[in-house]
Amino acid sequence: MFRDARLRRASQLEGQDLRLIQTLILRRREAPSRRMQAPMFTEPGPPMAFYFVQFLTGLASAASLFLVASGLSIIFGVTRIVNFAHGAFYMLGAYVAFTLTERFSGALGFWGGIVVAALVVAAVGVLVEMVLLRRIYHAPELFQLLATFGLTLMVQDIVVLIWGPDDLLGRRAPGFKGAVDFFGQNIPSYDLFLIALSPVVLGVLWLLFQRTRWGVLVRAATQDRDMVAALGVNQKWLFTSVFALGVFLAALGGALQIPRDAVHHALDLRIIVEVFVVVVIGGLGSIIGAFVAAVLVSELNAFGILIFPKISIILVFLVMAVVLIVRPWGLFGKPEAAARRTPGLTVNPWRPLTSGERSMSIGTLVLAAMLPLFAGNYALTVGSEIAIFVIFAASLHFLMSVGGLASFGHAAYFGLGAYGVAFLAKAAGLPMVVSLLLGPVLGLLGAAVFGFFAVQLSGVYFAMLTLAFAQIIWSIAFQWVTVTGGDNGILGVWPDRWASSPSSFYWLSLAVAALVVTVLRVIVFSPFGFALRATRDSPLRSEAVGINGKRVQWTAFVISGAVAGIGGALFAYLKGSVFPDSVGISLSVDALVMVLLGGVETVSGAVIGAIVFKAANIWLVSQTDLSKLVLGGFIVLMVVAFPKGIVGTLEMLRNRRRSTDTKSALATSQVEVAE
Amino acid sequence: MKLQVADLNSFYGPAHILFDIALEVGEGEVVALLGRNGAGKSTTFRSIVGLVDNRSGRIVFEGKDVSREPTHAIVRGGLGYVPEERRIFTDLTVEENLEVGRQPKRPNAPHWTREKLFTLFPNLGEMRNRPGGRMSGGEQQMLTIARTLMGNPSLVLLDEPSEGLSPKIVEQMVDAILAMKKEGVSVVVSEQNLHFARLISDRAYIIERGRICFGGTMAELDAQPDIRDAHLSL
Repeated sequence: MFRDARLRRASQLEGQDLRLIQTLILRRREAPSRRMQAPMFTEPGPPMAFYFVQFLTGLASAASLFLVASGLSIIFGVTRIVNFAHGAFYMLGAYVAFTLTERFSGALGFWGGIVVAALVVAAVGVLVEMVLLRRIYHAPELFQLLATFGLTLMVQDIVVLIWGPDDLLGRRAPGFKGAVDFFGQNIPSYDLFLIALSPVVLGVLWLLFQRTRWGVLVRAATQDRDMVAALGVNQKWLFTSVFALGVFLAALGGALQIPRDAVHHALDLRIIVEVFVVVVIGGLGSIIGAFVAAVLVSELNAFGILIFPKISIILVFLVMAVVLIVRPWGLFGKPEAAARRTPGLTVNPWRPLTSGERSMSIGTLVLAAMLPLFAGNYALTVGSEIAIFVIFAASLHFLMSVGGLASFGHAAYFGLGAYGVAFLAKAAGLPMVVSLLLGPVLGLLGAAVFGFFAVQLSGVYFAMLTLAFAQIIWSIAFQWVTVTGGDNGILGVWPDRWASSPSSFYWLSLAVAALVVTVLRVIVFSPFGFALRATRDSPLRSEAVGINGKRVQWTAFVISGAVAGIGGALFAYLKGSVFPDSVGISLSVDALVMVLLGGVETVSGAVIGAIVFKAANIWLVSQTDLSKLVLGGFIVLMVVAFPKGIVGTLEMLRNRRRSTDTKSALATSQVEVAE
Repeated sequence: MKLQVADLNSFYGPAHILFDIALEVGEGEVVALLGRNGAGKSTTFRSIVGLVDNRSGRIVFEGKDVSREPTHAIVRGGLGYVPEERRIFTDLTVEENLEVGRQPKRPNAPHWTREKLFTLFPNLGEMRNRPGGRMSGGEQQMLTIARTLMGNPSLVLLDEPSEGLSPKIVEQMVDAILAMKKEGVSVVVSEQNLHFARLISDRAYIIERGRICFGGTMAELDAQPDIRDAHLSL
């Protein structure tokens, strides 16, 4: 296998940087005879030719993006599931193709390996569909996203178990090893192959959907699944076959990348975020939209790196923002019918705490405040962390359960609060009280900007968009080394002396958490809270009584972001440092899991969920190296078997006991549901 | 006996909608299910084809209890269903809509082809490549019936076929149902419109608040004007 120190180093970078550097290196490697004449780094050659080559590089990158995005779109069209695990299937495709192409030599070995890899992964997809997805087709979309994310986590650990943690460099494609000369610029011929491939795939898909009975059935099911069943078509197998096709496309996209890109275990998140951006721009469910948007995004990446080398992703974000304002459903998408209400199946109306429950909560709080009397420093640090995550989970709960907007990128505002504190404390040298108060403002501002765009959408679009925003913040934190320190983070953010002992910091965190949870509860039962819940439950009716739904949701988003920022600010002081991880997707998902674990349909679930989850998580990480596998499996299990969460289940049990008394009354009251 | 429904109870969430529904449809018969808005006509049909999850009772179709089978299996067995809201696939052309409904030939039921349906519904034949979304309400109603007939059913449940249609289209609908009957297809048609029902039906049931409160021939119904007036708005 070819080993190249530069490539290995390069592959530790992320995203477009990596790709650009690799193409540059590959070009040099592939045409050694030209190296003397056209050294890429010093003499860029004729500018026009350079831009043209850059354009072609963008087109070639679009191929895989299009394959994955079209697969995601097809699956969503029929099953209404946004398959988060699509990135995982892409990555699996690359890994399996790597193994097969290493094992079998020759052109047949390579091309056969690529196709067989995609087929193998598609078979895995079929298994996943039959075992997992069939159980959650009728679940709210949030649960579907989470379950498929849980799968992604599991796959990350599984590929490391099978293929090891190191980057793998695949073989180059037989017949496409060289480069084509274009005015002194080298274009890898494999890139040209990829450029030609995507229109071919687009054409094949078009024929499949327009000219075959299967395609007609799929298009019919995209519009009205139940009607298709009522005409005698077995939806189960239709869904399975659609899922298999979508996964096949994703895995093919991954397999085709191995000659261009190192295979590593973070490929999945990288591609899925780009794919989410593509489908948001192109319109979910539209294959042509996936094609156009894939080209657009890849070109923006290819040229963005020339304009903003440090934060190239900005350009993509700007275009996405414009598209969302002009056409919220994407360039080629259709306006969605009213989305399924996300948690909304609440049968038990929410009510404020009774006086007994209130005194019980206060009692629990007093007990928690007594922890420093008997616990050691480690336990107190863990306690502070749990309190901080109660704040974070409560902020997401406010947006998600009260506002009906499930954010998949809530860590963005948590992390912004943390970075805000780090900037103020380190760069400006402000005292802790001031930076604690002002740091979260950065989270608030971020939420105000991104929230404005995000609330234009709902349901899965909202989830994908918030995720993309969070990834953008993450990329900035990661790439803009001069300001954020990049991967090294910002160190030395220590609390002032009054809060520096573990017990005083614990008391501080606990007090802030209690305050935040109380304030959020008050808001839930305030007129604003009613307006927010009305908008969640019925956008049309609430608008008809004069509620400005978008403004209410935006306000909720800002409140929620600011609260998350408070959590992040405390977190920075607790850890004494800030890293891009505080903005990372896994933190966002942790928050979702906390809310879900506690019970998404309850008011107090987030608090309980955060405590249980964080304690279990800290314990788990100390116990096993496969924490992602365990956590992912746990998420999947929870969604399938335990969707109401801890508090929800307790409430259900209590209500069931109570309702045996009122059952007879209920049975006689015939609710007249119109047919 | 083509179809026998007994003790059918259905629920939407906690709400009990249908109470011990019993129906019978003979071979080649056209039976009307009459009732006001919200009486439970559509729910009865949806329950028979398995689109209501929470239901109990016996549904015997061609001598076989199908109450445990999934919707697509019931329909494949030859029990066609035309829903009330038409539910045309608006992005698909007329021919593609028919393709979705196509099922293999059945020994005990008439075999319908596209061409045969285009003679029964000449309007559709003139717009084979038009997307379903660009058709008038009457044309869409014709298409839903034609689409269901492509499955070669031996019995069709027709949910309020005359609703919202102009008198001229209603006339065509009467012809179409009578043509189906002539071919040997049994039909259950739900209606609020007694005049329409009278033109096509052999027998009628009246459903009110989820209960069957009358069953008999059209002549028997006419002989009991008090029942008719109490349960149907004329």
